[in-house]
Parts: sequence; C-alpha cells; structure tokens
Amino acid sequence: MTVAELPARVWVAVCAYTALLPERGACALVEGHQVALFRTFDGDVHAIANLDPFTGANVLSRGIVGSRGEEPTVASPMHKQVFSLVTGECLDDPSVSVATYPTRVTDGRVEVGL
Amino acid sequence: MNRLVVVGYGPTAHRLVETLLSRGFDGHVTVFGEEPLPAYDRVALTSYLQGVTLEELEYPELPGVVTRLSSRVTGIDRAAKVVTTEDGHAEPYDTLVLATGSAPFVPPVPGASGAFVYRTIDDLERIRQAASGAARGVVVGGGLLGLEAADALRGLGLDTHIVELSPWLMPRQVDEGGGSVLKGHISNLGLSVHAGVSLASIEPDRVVLSDGGVIDASVVVFSAGIKPRDELARDCGLEVGARGGIVVDEGMRTADPSIYAVGECALVGGMVYGLVGPCFTQAEVAVDRMLGGSAAFHGADMSAKLKLLGVEVAQFGAMEGALDVTYMDPVGGVYKKLFISDDARTLLGGICVGDAAPYTTLKPFVGKPLPASPSDLLFTGSAAALDLPDDAQVCSCNNVTAGAVREAICDGVCDVPGLKACTRAGTTCGSCVPMLKQLLEKSGVELSKALCEHFDHSRAELFDIVRVRGVTTFSELIAMCGRGRGCDICKPAVASILASLHNGHVLDGERAALQDTNDHFLANIQKNGTYSVVPRVPGGEITPEKLIVVGEVARDFGLYTKITGGQRIDLFGARVEQLPQIWKRLVDAGFESGHAYGKALRTVKSCVGSTWCRYGVQDSVGLAIALELRYRGLRSPHKLKSAVSGCARECAEARSKDFGIIATEQGWNLYVGGNGGFKPRHADLLVSDVPTDELIRIIDRFLMFYIRTADRLQRTAAWVESLDGGLDYLRSVIVDDSLGICASLEEQMERHVATYVDEWRATIEDPDKLSRFVSFVNAPGVPDPSIVFETERDQIKPVLIPLDRLGSPA
Repeated sequence: MTVAELPARVWVAVCAYTALLPERGACALVEGHQVALFRTFDGDVHAIANLDPFTGANVLSRGIVGSRGEEPTVASPMHKQVFSLVTGECLDDPSVSVATYPTRVTDGRVEVGL
Repeated sequence: MNRLVVVGYGPTAHRLVETLLSRGFDGHVTVFGEEPLPAYDRVALTSYLQGVTLEELEYPELPGVVTRLSSRVTGIDRAAKVVTTEDGHAEPYDTLVLATGSAPFVPPVPGASGAFVYRTIDDLERIRQAASGAARGVVVGGGLLGLEAADALRGLGLDTHIVELSPWLMPRQVDEGGGSVLKGHISNLGLSVHAGVSLASIEPDRVVLSDGGVIDASVVVFSAGIKPRDELARDCGLEVGARGGIVVDEGMRTADPSIYAVGECALVGGMVYGLVGPCFTQAEVAVDRMLGGSAAFHGADMSAKLKLLGVEVAQFGAMEGALDVTYMDPVGGVYKKLFISDDARTLLGGICVGDAAPYTTLKPFVGKPLPASPSDLLFTGSAAALDLPDDAQVCSCNNVTAGAVREAICDGVCDVPGLKACTRAGTTCGSCVPMLKQLLEKSGVELSKALCEHFDHSRAELFDIVRVRGVTTFSELIAMCGRGRGCDICKPAVASILASLHNGHVLDGERAALQDTNDHFLANIQKNGTYSVVPRVPGGEITPEKLIVVGEVARDFGLYTKITGGQRIDLFGARVEQLPQIWKRLVDAGFESGHAYGKALRTVKSCVGSTWCRYGVQDSVGLAIALELRYRGLRSPHKLKSAVSGCARECAEARSKDFGIIATEQGWNLYVGGNGGFKPRHADLLVSDVPTDELIRIIDRFLMFYIRTADRLQRTAAWVESLDGGLDYLRSVIVDDSLGICASLEEQMERHVATYVDEWRATIEDPDKLSRFVSFVNAPGVPDPSIVFETERDQIKPVLIPLDRLGSPA
C-alpha cells in the first residue's frame, strides 16, 4: 500500500486558537461532522467526536477537561465516563471509544484534518 | 395459644407485640391502654415540651392488633381466663401479659395532692399549664428522672429548684465526688440544688423543707422514683414482692402458667428494672417463651451514659472496688473514677461526670485485665489506642462484640455505614461509633479521605487550605498540594470552595474551566443536550405580570414548561445559543438566576402563612422570601433546599429540607438535616421558639459550618449523621459556640450576602462570557441540527438518536 492510495487528508480551518479557552472544550461543525476541540493546559489542541456514545447526545465538548495519570481526558457531562483526548478510548469502559481527528495550528488558526 | 391479651400499652408492651408479630405469630392480639394515646417514647418525654410532636414520639402502629385505648382493666378472672374493664368490657385470653408499668412514687407529705408527677403526656400538659404564670418550680428527686423533670421546668422558663434526699445528686450513678462536680455544672446553669433534705410540707405557693428552709414556689413536681403497678396481680392472687413488683421467673412468667409480666411492673431475680433496655429484653424473653423457646432474663447491664441538662454522666460496671483511681478537675467540671480489683489487675467499673469518653473506651474492659495503667487511662486519653479483646462488647444496645465487628471487617466491610448495616452496631444510641472507627483503623482499613487521584486531601481540608492560605485559583492549589491537571471530581469541588469563599462570578477567568456543564452554561443539561431554565421565584410568590412574562418567553422560544416541586417554573428544551436571549427577556422583566443548575441554595418553599390562612400563626411567606434572598447564590458542597411552614400543620413540608422552619406561637422552630429523595430523613429540631433575628443568625452559622466541613456532594442529612456527637455536637458548636468560631461563620455569611450579584445579569452584560454560548465555535448562528423535537400533549418532547445506531455500548 502506498501513500497515494489513501484519500488525501483535507485540513479545515475552524477558529482562532485564542477562541479556545485553556482546559475547556468547544464544538466545531466540520463538513457535517460535530468535532469536539480541546485546548489542554500545555497548549496542545485535541479533537474527538462530539457524540457521547453512552447517551447519543452531542455533548462531549462540554465536559470537564483533566488528566488521568499522564493522559489528558474529558469526562462526559451526561454520566461522567472519561475519554482519552489522545486515543478516544473510554478509560472507564475500554470496549467503547470515540473517533479522534488530527489537529494543527497554522498562523494562529486551528485546523482539523479529515 | 391463639388469643393474647396485653394489659398496658407503653414501650415494653409495644416491643412485646412487635417482636411477637415479627416472629410470625398469627393469633389474635388485644392490647388495653389506660391512656387515650397509643404507645409513645417516654424516654424522650422532655423533648415534647421542646417542640417535638406527639406523632414523632409515637411508636409505629401494630398491624392487625386490636388496641383499646382509654380502657382501664380492673379485674382478672384467672379461672375463667377473662379480663374485665372499667366500662364493663370482658375479653377472654389464652395467654395474658401484664405490662402495666409503674406509677411515680409520691411520698406521704402534707399537701402532696396539689403536686404534679412526670410520666405521661397528660402530666406534661398539666405542668405546662401550671407553669404559665408561675415564676418558680421545685422538683422533688435528684436522680435521672428528677433531672429530666428539672430540665423540663427550666425549659418552661421557671426558676428551678431540685430537692434530693441523698447527700448528692444521682446517687445511683455517681459517688460523692462525682455528685459535687455534677452539682457545680447544674448550679452554673442557674438551677438551685438542695441535697440531703426532704420535704416537710407543701403549702399554697411555698414548699417547706425538713431543715426548715422555705422555697416560694407554686409548681411542685415529684420525680423521686417509681412503684410498680402490681395491683391487678395482687387482686387476683398472684405473688408480689414486699416492696412491689409482680414476681416472675427467668422466663418472665408468673406462678400462673398463662400469665406473664414484663417491664417496670415485673420483679425478676428480686429486682425491678426501670431502664428501657432491660425492659425490652424482658419483652423479647417473654415472647420467646410463649412461642416455646427457652430464653431467660438473667439481669441486665445497668451501665448508663446520659446527657442531662447538657452534662455528660456515665457509669459502668461496679460502683465500688478494692482500689480506685480518681481524676478530678473542679475547674473544668470533670470527674472520672475507675474501680479496680485488689491485685490492681482487673477493671471493675467506673464513673464519669463532665466527660464520658472513658465509658466508650473502657466499658468493654469491665471484668478483664486493665489494658494500660489507670493513670494513663484517665489522664492522657491513651485509651484510644487500646486493643479490645474479641469478646468485649462494643455495642451494648444490640449486643455486638469486638470479635463480630472484626469478622465483618475481615469479610470486606470497610466503613462505618457498612458495619452498621452488617452488625447493627451503632444503630441505636450511636455512642460506640468512635469505637467502630478505631476497630476499622486498627484492622488496617485505611479510611482514605483523598478527594480523587489529584488531591490526597478531603474537601474539608482543601477548604481550610484555600481559606487560610488565601488561594484564589485552581492552578495555584493543585501546584501547592496536588498533582496532574484535575478531573470532573476535584475541579467542581474546588470551584465550589472558591465560590463559597470569594463569591466572584463562576465564569470569571480560569474558574470557567472548572465548572460542570450546568454551571458553565448556567442552566440544567437534559438528555438530548439541550438545557432547562429556572428563574428564581422567592418563596414561590409571583405576580401575574411575571407569570405572563414566563409564559410569553416559553411560547416564543417553543419551550416545554413544568411546575417544579420547589414552587417555581422550569422551561425545557433551550439550545445553548438561546440561553442568553431567553435570559435577556427574563432579566428585563425583573427575574434573576434560580441556581437550579448549581450546588447552591435552590428554593425556600412556603405555605401561604398567617396572611391568608386561618390557621397560620406567623408570616411564612415573608420569612421564606427573606431567607431565599439572603442565601441565594450561596455555593455549597451540595444543593440546599429549605421551606417555611406557618403553623404546626407543616404544609410546606419543611422537615424534609436541609433547613426547615416551622412557626410557633412564640417564634420559630428550626429543623436541620432533612432530606427527601433516595433516602428520606426527617430534619432534627435544633432550636425552638426563637425570634427571627436569632433564627437567621443560627441558620447563617449552620450553613457556613456545613460549607466548611462537609464532604463533596454530601447533603446536610448525611453530614449531620457523620458528625461525631451528632446533633448535640452541632448544637454545641453553632448555638453554644463551643469552638469559638461563630463570629467567623457569621462574618463569612455577611460577606456572601454583601457581595451577591445575579450571575445571569452579569453574564448578559459581558460580551466575553456571552461569546461561549454557541453550539458551534465556527458557525455561531447555526443551531445544532441533531436536536429534534416531536409533540406530546401539546408541548415539545426530545427525539433521541437510538443507541443501537451508535454502534457502541449497551
């Protein structure tokens, strides 16, 4: 398999980096996908799907950001299950995970890769 | 046996029938009570005068049992097996139980017929009537019951004198040294003690003592001992003791095999028992025998730990011994004495006044080798480190040994509530709870107080750190005493602490990132990710104009409306970007945040009160509004609910609240620690008949003490129960100021009241905060397309995404 066979990654600019509050999430509508963006304490930006797989509500961007061990996390605001911002895995129930998206910051703009 | 008749309906009779029913008895039970009331808790009699209602004192109704009240049994025909009553009713029996109790002993003193006794609710009502208009009262008897009666007279506002024949008070529980310390306590409360004298005569408005002394008093109460009510037994030829009491064997049965006697009327092993614990045991023994068992009553542990007039008095084991060791501090009002065997090895008993701690720690060692040197045990308090032998009794109410508790711990029980549920230890009087904690600790169970993986401290400790060191941000606190970057447990807890202490806006600066979604959007998240809005309606009072505004807002934004249990209106189905628009309209109409989303004061419910209600005695609506406005916005470890009722009918259901107020003719009664919900609990009476300003001062202290010391998400009900010393301790701290912190608690509340601002008004006036109220950061005007509603009963209802289409969990 060569790189050429993969669909080309598209980077979509969503907002100014400063529009994200430290340790708080925000949701972006990217090509019809609801993407939860998080700016962690060290300045990194993470993106995961906004849909809470336990309740079917689009709310993960409104959870509390924190850490479990070294892993940056968000807790669902519905029933408090904790998800890794890096892998999307639910740390309270490893059989469940949410999609993750690559992010980068270009010229002060946050971009999400699809 | 299928027809049981019980004569007498006091606590012992109640326990007997209750035990019988619980053991599956399916025969016919008839209980005769002389009083017009069903069985009630006589031990708590004094509390009746302090505002506790009759319903609270009454024991639960016994299902399927015929109770005949106001019905005095006057004869027993043992040959025909029939009892007859004063009004001519005849009731046949197969088995008869005499539980006729006792009567107060009234000495043959001239004028005694004009005096009162202290045993029934009826007696209390008579004393209450006589006390209104009287200035001074005399209690004859300085024992346990006498001091109870003295407390009652003092509570009725009388200058109270106690007359005791023995040279000191409570001669059955304490020796002379203890008696003198006890007298000091009681004199400090303003009561006069006349010991070593008896009554010569009672004259109108004065009492003459045997030493010639005179007390000008119009109310005289006899509380100087009891005499068994054995007249029915005597009249039908059953044996009674020389000094009274129906003679029974160790199975509580009389010489007539069909007749038992239990409680204060029974003479067993040459003794009449007047304490409720032994009487209950007798009832259980009698039931076992009736059902064919072989239980026996071999006397009872008469040890007692009491709190009379605020003074702790305790006695355990023997009251004499070959050796004794005494600690006496007349300044601090503490007296402790241990009795020891002649070889100085075995503990025989002890007496405590002013500090009953040795009762808890040392009672299990009675009859066993001394666990440490007597002076260490009395002086240094090292008793806390003792290793109890397995057969030592930890809980005497439920007869639970240290071994049984250790076994439960080995089986995996790791906290006090678990031990209570599993062993019943600590579930009756609670005095052994500190012992249970020690057993847990000694068994190596570490009662972790760590809030979460980020902080090793408890919430109360973090509160003190924030308060004392003046911490203002989460980052500062976690750098100082935590690790990592926090989580959904510690962040809201710290946010709440910062809000309680500093009262700034919950969305200011870094604090915004600490808030749960409800506090972050100042609204309550619902299952489809929309929010509900609850404007404050103080006391549940609202004008028609404001009601119309609420209706118009709900109509214009298409919201589902429902009346809440807290007397306000909840508007459901708002998307985040609608919240500021909705609140702009509400704030303009004079509404403010109801904090339905916060761990904060929710509502103060009220009944309509004396303004409209023909039964009301105080303005409950006015007080509810004043309280709701005073405490609005107060962040706390968990939500706070309150209510005010304008009379004893309690239409506002105040006793199911964290703090509930019920009007009295004289002022207000304050109840604390109530709860509805998952584990309902009636609130406990903290103070009674207080005027409004004092009421508010005590609530200020109560709330701030709770905020300072409770665990995260611990409601006041669980908090009050978790306090070592319970309600008495709470009262000593916030009413009597035993820790000297009341001024600081009040000052903290004053600061809250002075700095309160409506956080919704502040939000809509701040463009920076408003910018967060969007569904999508890159498309601020676009509503969330996944939020869909259908119609049900003319209102909206969320349409949910079926979980099976999510392809993940069950």
